[in-house]
Amino acid sequence: MEQSQSNPAYEVVQVCLLAGKIMLENGGETYRVEDTMTRIADAFGLPNAHSFVTPTGIIFSVEGPGQTTRLVRISERSTDLRKVTDVNAVSRRISSGEMSPAEAYRELQEIEAAQPRYPVGVKIAAAAIASACFLIMFGGSWHDFIPALLTGGAGLAFLLYFHRLVPIKFFAEFLSSLLIGTLAFLMLRLGLGQDLDKIIIGSVMPLVPGLLITNAVRDLMAGHFVSGLSKGAEAFLTAFAIGAGIAFVFAFFAGEGGL
Amino acid sequence: MLIEQLITSFIATAAFAILFNVPKGTLLQGGFVGMLGWALYLAFLEVAVDPVVATLLASCFVAVISQVFAKIYKTPVIVFSVSGIIPLVPGGLAYDAMRNAVQNHYDLAVPLAAKAFMMSGAIAIGLVFSEVINHLIRRFRRG
Repeated sequence: MEQSQSNPAYEVVQVCLLAGKIMLENGGETYRVEDTMTRIADAFGLPNAHSFVTPTGIIFSVEGPGQTTRLVRISERSTDLRKVTDVNAVSRRISSGEMSPAEAYRELQEIEAAQPRYPVGVKIAAAAIASACFLIMFGGSWHDFIPALLTGGAGLAFLLYFHRLVPIKFFAEFLSSLLIGTLAFLMLRLGLGQDLDKIIIGSVMPLVPGLLITNAVRDLMAGHFVSGLSKGAEAFLTAFAIGAGIAFVFAFFAGEGGL
Repeated sequence: MLIEQLITSFIATAAFAILFNVPKGTLLQGGFVGMLGWALYLAFLEVAVDPVVATLLASCFVAVISQVFAKIYKTPVIVFSVSGIIPLVPGGLAYDAMRNAVQNHYDLAVPLAAKAFMMSGAIAIGLVFSEVINHLIRRFRRG
């Protein structure tokens, strides 16, 4: 008897946690994750839900009959905004009362299992084009367009490859910025490019943690100190890895009389 | 020159949106937001506004447009704002700071780093500021 009473709440908590997990793993903002989770709980008739969201884990608790508290650990984070959008759409439909918890759970599982929308080749091409365009935006000349295109694309390709090889994200970032720097130097040596700094800046842009930095400051201002600080630390480490990779190249080539 | 900047910023932001896996239907809008933000930033620099202030105003503008688009297309704001602010991120400055630090020119590196930090702070404040405005408007409408 008691089991059947607590079951509905349990199911709703499952839905909330899965929704929160997908959003957080794919680049959703902390406050939005909290908001979505409490909103879903509210729509399913659990008005006293509390959530504590940090980039590395979610604690969700429900008061009242069948009260529970559960925790989900988040270890992998990337940016897949389509999944965030899809979860958002599901949460909208739940709010308007169109879905049962079981249906919502099934749909969320499908979203979680979905493959990224764009194939790797398209992403590499996008990174290449973005790098070349950033070169122009930062005042580079069209002579350096092709070198930036090549190093930028190669940089992301390396990053994706290394990331699969080495589970430590920062090491993969370090290695790919190392390769970007080396490639840019080689291009210059071969007489393909003119302005080394501009080529490197453009090519590194797809790796730069711009989104993380702004999200970190934003979380801090919203009073989410734990997630603000941890996102800040992640952004700092990423920036440091990129900087160290480039610095390594400079130290090596400058010593060899390359500059 | 201006057209060149507009086209490249549009393409760069749309390409960035692909890296962030945004839904296909919102790629062009994301590029458009980024282009407008970058154009506004350049326009402010042209009339000799401080880069930090220009970043603040441009990112606030990007956030406002993103919110409008988010309403129209019924998607989270982040889909548009994320790629829209990318051109404003001081990647070049941070790079210069780092490069100077590596070459032991700490005297040059520190002010550059401080400026890069100020600019990323300005982006965040711009985003929050537009959210506050949005909140106030909603409050006001509700009475």
